[in-house]
Amino acid sequence: MTAASPAGYIGRSVPRREDRRLLLGQGSYVADLVLPGMVHAAFARSQLAHARIVSVDFARALAEPGAVFALGGAELAREMPPIGGMQVTAPKGWAERVDHRITLPPQNLMASDRVRYVGEAFAVVCADSRYAAEDAVEAIDAGFEPLPAVVDPEAASAPDAAVIHPDLGTNAVAELHVEKGDVAAAMASAPHRIRRRIRHHRYAAMPLECRGVAAEYDRRTDSLTVWSSTQVVHWVRKELAFALGMAEEKIRVLAPDVGGGFGGKGHVYPEDLIIPWLARRIGRPVRWVEDRHEHILNAAHSRDNIHDAEIGFDDTGRILAFRDDFIVDSGAYSPVGAGVAYNTTAHLLGPYHIENFAGGTVVAITNKTPNAPYRGAGRPEAVQVTERLMDIVADTLGMEPADVRLRNMIGPERMPYDVGLPYRDGVPMTYDSGDYPASLRRAIDEIGGIEAFRERQEKARAEGRWLGLGLGCYTEGTGVGPFEGATVKVDASGKIVVSTGACPIGQGHETVFAQVTADAWNVPIEDVVVLLADTSTLTMGYGSIASRSTVTSSMAIGDASDKVKAKVLAVAAHLLEASEADLELRDGRVAVKGVPDMAVSLREIAAAAAPGWLSRRPEGSEAGLEATSYYEPPTVTWAYASNAAIVEIEPDTGRVRIERYVEVHDAGRLVNPGLADGQVKGGLVQGLGGALYESIEYDEAGQLLTGSFADYLLPTAAETPPIEVVHMETPTPLNPLGVKGLGEGGAIAPPVVIANAVTDALKPFGVEFNTLPIRWQDVRAAFDS
Amino acid sequence: MTAKRSVTVTVNGETRTGEAEPRMLLSDFLRDTLGLTGTHVGCEHGICGACTVHVDGEAARSCLMLAVQADGAEIETVEGLADGETLHRLQQLFSKHRALQCGFCTPGMLMTALDLVRHRPNLTEAEIRSGMAAVLCRCTGYEGIVHAVAEYASGGER
Repeated sequence: MTAASPAGYIGRSVPRREDRRLLLGQGSYVADLVLPGMVHAAFARSQLAHARIVSVDFARALAEPGAVFALGGAELAREMPPIGGMQVTAPKGWAERVDHRITLPPQNLMASDRVRYVGEAFAVVCADSRYAAEDAVEAIDAGFEPLPAVVDPEAASAPDAAVIHPDLGTNAVAELHVEKGDVAAAMASAPHRIRRRIRHHRYAAMPLECRGVAAEYDRRTDSLTVWSSTQVVHWVRKELAFALGMAEEKIRVLAPDVGGGFGGKGHVYPEDLIIPWLARRIGRPVRWVEDRHEHILNAAHSRDNIHDAEIGFDDTGRILAFRDDFIVDSGAYSPVGAGVAYNTTAHLLGPYHIENFAGGTVVAITNKTPNAPYRGAGRPEAVQVTERLMDIVADTLGMEPADVRLRNMIGPERMPYDVGLPYRDGVPMTYDSGDYPASLRRAIDEIGGIEAFRERQEKARAEGRWLGLGLGCYTEGTGVGPFEGATVKVDASGKIVVSTGACPIGQGHETVFAQVTADAWNVPIEDVVVLLADTSTLTMGYGSIASRSTVTSSMAIGDASDKVKAKVLAVAAHLLEASEADLELRDGRVAVKGVPDMAVSLREIAAAAAPGWLSRRPEGSEAGLEATSYYEPPTVTWAYASNAAIVEIEPDTGRVRIERYVEVHDAGRLVNPGLADGQVKGGLVQGLGGALYESIEYDEAGQLLTGSFADYLLPTAAETPPIEVVHMETPTPLNPLGVKGLGEGGAIAPPVVIANAVTDALKPFGVEFNTLPIRWQDVRAAFDS
Repeated sequence: MTAKRSVTVTVNGETRTGEAEPRMLLSDFLRDTLGLTGTHVGCEHGICGACTVHVDGEAARSCLMLAVQADGAEIETVEGLADGETLHRLQQLFSKHRALQCGFCTPGMLMTALDLVRHRPNLTEAEIRSGMAAVLCRCTGYEGIVHAVAEYASGGER
């Protein structure tokens, strides 16, 4: 199972390059940047969920000490267009196969005529300090005429609902349908059918560093430098160039140290464009740092689905038909389009062979904060549905949940497996590698086996103790396109300098890509320089979203390295008067094989390859040692995992205590096992937070009820149980390193695993936990039912 | 806005004076006035713990204190932990146990852990988990942090 580990850096838990500066307090986040003459921005944000803006008056605000500039949304809308190009496009192969109607609302950078959620900005003020800017915001005189708030996504889709974007004529802004086989016939003839309503609640990425943007405009060169706490610097630059009418090369976007993102910083936000516009307009650097309350109000939320699912099966537990219709509560806008909604559909079948399937989706606009990808990006919702149903099928037939899963799982002998649906990249979904049943069996073994648990469970019940076992399996498309770029060069010092479009948010990219590069070049890792999250180092890049960077950046680095190595060998052959075939690259030198003394260093080769009088490159060859590659993955590669957990319920309080939590995770070959382990475990704890604690709540007027960390509960070290992760390593055949993506995986399964475990624990009470999160009071109430 | 006052503190052994409005948070004073940006601000309402520093030898959330309240105090921040180029032992253990990813909570984690270990000898894992619950980490799932603090507290390998 384990990939052959070559003698190199890949496969080793190399210590992180990032650690030293971060431990010393020398990291630099957006909030740490100080620019000469800088002013501070603060936004005025709506306190109403839905209202017409009647008036915005800045007279008192601008009279505040230190106030420099103020602007309303209507005025800004005359200066800059709505965010363009935000909606993820529908690739041809997808558009032809999936029935779709998509009319997504444009999002003005600030509300101009009406506000559509609590927290939507309608004005911005700049002042000499953040304190002064907030004083000035307080002094804005704004008048609003309240409109009916649309809070419930089902009611939002009803014909009589108030329409939030009148131009669209409906709140149901996207409808998707995809089908394979004959679901209607298979469902009708199935010996058993069950239907359930399954709800996944709204929660959010909640990085410890809130968002922030700083910008400086240079009038002399008409150029902008922008620092954003973002996962997508090239995307920010593209939108800025469009919005400001500037050439991309006149704009440099950097992400300095970023304090977590988890997808929540994975798209372009209005502030990414407003702050640079202000810097150019005012002629002074501008910094905006979001505070936590603002972050919870304004940074994208996620999940929030209502599913009506039906499953047909036979007496042996074989699934014959599966249908799922669901509504996504999109909030007031849809910053990345219908991609997440379709991602849910594409992951509903999971590791199971199910011939007849239909998935239907409505994306509903409501008066809430916009919904966008967060770690898992549609998958936790899908997995909750499928994995709850697996348990309900087992319960209906009196089978073990593990047996129902194994009965339907795709075995390794069927790889590659054609799923029969298109992925969101338009390519037919094909599971490329893995052993799903082995993964589930391993997870069960790790927690001590089913039989042993059932014996314990029965004994415990007799003692009035309530133990439950929860399982959860999923597949995950990773390493998605459309592309990633890398530039590789050997500079005059002889160092290998690599830049790529990946934007680290804590994963350890500087270390991982140094490992990949060092192996590609057969040099000590100290000779590799890694430049990330800076548009000035790479012409075109994509960014770190969707569990993709290790796959896509590594491939681009490898490909660009191959091009540069060919140049290096040609120059070395010329210098050594040897045939290229007789040369080898090792330890930063090119030597004649078997004659280590006949060698030239990369530094010497770089000098020889340089243009000019002193050049000693082969006649007719191009000067310099530099190449850029854009890797366009053929499609995604499929990671997967199986989870098993044992919980115990405290009857007096309803508290769910997690005794064991195991995930058996396969992301192909691991570049840095220690960092991979950290990614998976960190994701799992976020999933446990979503299962038990984290929830964004609104009242019927659309007021946010969870606007602080006192209300929105993140797991702490005290609640978090020890997590056990087993890594299987089945290399993917889709790329030469055999790597799959793993940033999101951990976060996908825990909500349903805990729901299954709690339902199992309370089986004697006949209560199903089909709605998340699982609250103590709901668990407690089960005992009274 | 009211008139600024002069605030003098000893930070990491050095006497520093700055001007602060009475409403200015200690966290902002340290970061913006004194330029010590190692102390991070994650929530400004006393829950996340990223801004934890030591004030007169005790862990304190610098976002819940005003700079004027700290006038005359001795303050330690993350910048004071290393001995020149040599990382503090706890910093080394954080790296060893992969107790940090994005690094944003790390200064608060370090300052909290030092306070915890100083006040509570012979910490059990449960006590470490309970004590370190004063600071939120969104990246690691806490395992590495708990192991690093445990090894530091035990004074030996783990």
